Amino acid sequence: MAGGGDLKVLGVWTSPFVIRVRIVLNLKGLAYEYAEEDLGNKSALLLGSNPVNKSVPVLLHGGRPINESRIIIQYIDEVWAGSGPAVLPRDPYERAVARFWAAYVDDKVGSAWTGMLFRCKSEEERAEAVARADEALRTLEGALEECSKGKPFFGGDGIGLVDVVLGGYLGWFAAIDRIIGRRLIDPVRTPLLAAWEQRFRAADAARGVVPDDVDKVLAFLQTLLAIGSMK
Amino acid sequence: MAEGKDKGGLVLLDFWVSPFGQRCRIALAEKGVPYEYSEQELLGAKSDLLLRSNPVHKKIPVLLHDGRPVCESLVILNYLDEVYSGKPLLPSDPYARAQARFWAAYSDKVYELGTRLWKLKGEARAQARAELLQVLANLDGELGDREFFGGEELGFVDVALVPFVPWLPSYERYGEFSVEEAAPRLAAWARRCAGRESVAGSLHPPEKVDEFITLLKKHYGIE
Repeated sequence: MAGGGDLKVLGVWTSPFVIRVRIVLNLKGLAYEYAEEDLGNKSALLLGSNPVNKSVPVLLHGGRPINESRIIIQYIDEVWAGSGPAVLPRDPYERAVARFWAAYVDDKVGSAWTGMLFRCKSEEERAEAVARADEALRTLEGALEECSKGKPFFGGDGIGLVDVVLGGYLGWFAAIDRIIGRRLIDPVRTPLLAAWEQRFRAADAARGVVPDDVDKVLAFLQTLLAIGSMK
Repeated sequence: MAEGKDKGGLVLLDFWVSPFGQRCRIALAEKGVPYEYSEQELLGAKSDLLLRSNPVHKKIPVLLHDGRPVCESLVILNYLDEVYSGKPLLPSDPYARAQARFWAAYSDKVYELGTRLWKLKGEARAQARAELLQVLANLDGELGDREFFGGEELGFVDVALVPFVPWLPSYERYGEFSVEEAAPRLAAWARRCAGRESVAGSLHPPEKVDEFITLLKKHYGIE
């Protein structure tokens, strides 16, 4: 496994933003050290590496920090352009389309995710956030059709930026499915996404990184709510 | 495609006072790339072209290149830098590029928090004020003693941040603070940027921005 100098990820095992970075490192065949952070007691290394946002993930490369998951992914893709598959397309227009949809996922799915789990103070508020998630996933069903052009992933034959960005939320989706009593990615409403989810979860790069134990995730949710760290 | 036929196939769907549109205008000017500017309705009915080009958000800016839309201002900046290699906005070193992308994305907070200042009152406004002062201090610290975030020339972060400068006097009034006091190096940087042709040609004076904020307040029914 290549490493090209020491790589370390500061993360939280359920964070969609951390998971996506780890999947990209796996795709590129890069070895890295992983350090689990306690959001209720952040390490000096985390606070020193990301003083502005104090958030995970942080990628440390040769001791130098890179912050913000989508920026970290582009950094990895640029530094290790020669090894493993390209995470962003080569064509500038296709790169712009990928960046657009990645930003869309974090904007619409991300805000619905915090709404469904961390910011709702009633079942009505949760239901409102679920409706927003449904709408975003409906739009992404169309995006998948456009971007994949019949191939398995948003990135085409292989997993790309939009795949890992959306895929990072899958562990939480399974937990939310249990809470609301139905699937967010419903095979009837969003058949392409449902098939995509199976493929994504089965991919080598994702296994062991996308949480698959719903009970563990739900137990961790209680810890996060107690810390009150998710704004 | 007839649109932008004489301008290298580039059309920018934009709105005169939009800082996100101005990011694109400044980048295009810095790179000396010709384009057709197409003013869009913000508060009235949106054009068919805008709705077709950005069906997801229905927002400007949209850059049409030979009819193909690129949406989101920072996505447009990355695209322009990749397609038009003259006068690069991003540095070539991957680590420096990651830093530039971080601070360019961070600069969005100036607008988010500034908007909360004039939209909200009481405790919520005070909270926005405190956060905005922190953001300005962080930007001031990141700039340090450099002439521009891009070094000796305007770079990615400068282009991303400078369109918010004409909004600052309004934010200062609503938030009762002074950028000169809170972030003196940033204030000096803002004056330096104003001297650049690409910037001067793209930004509107603070008075016009303030009038626009007043218009928006009426539109939203805010006192």
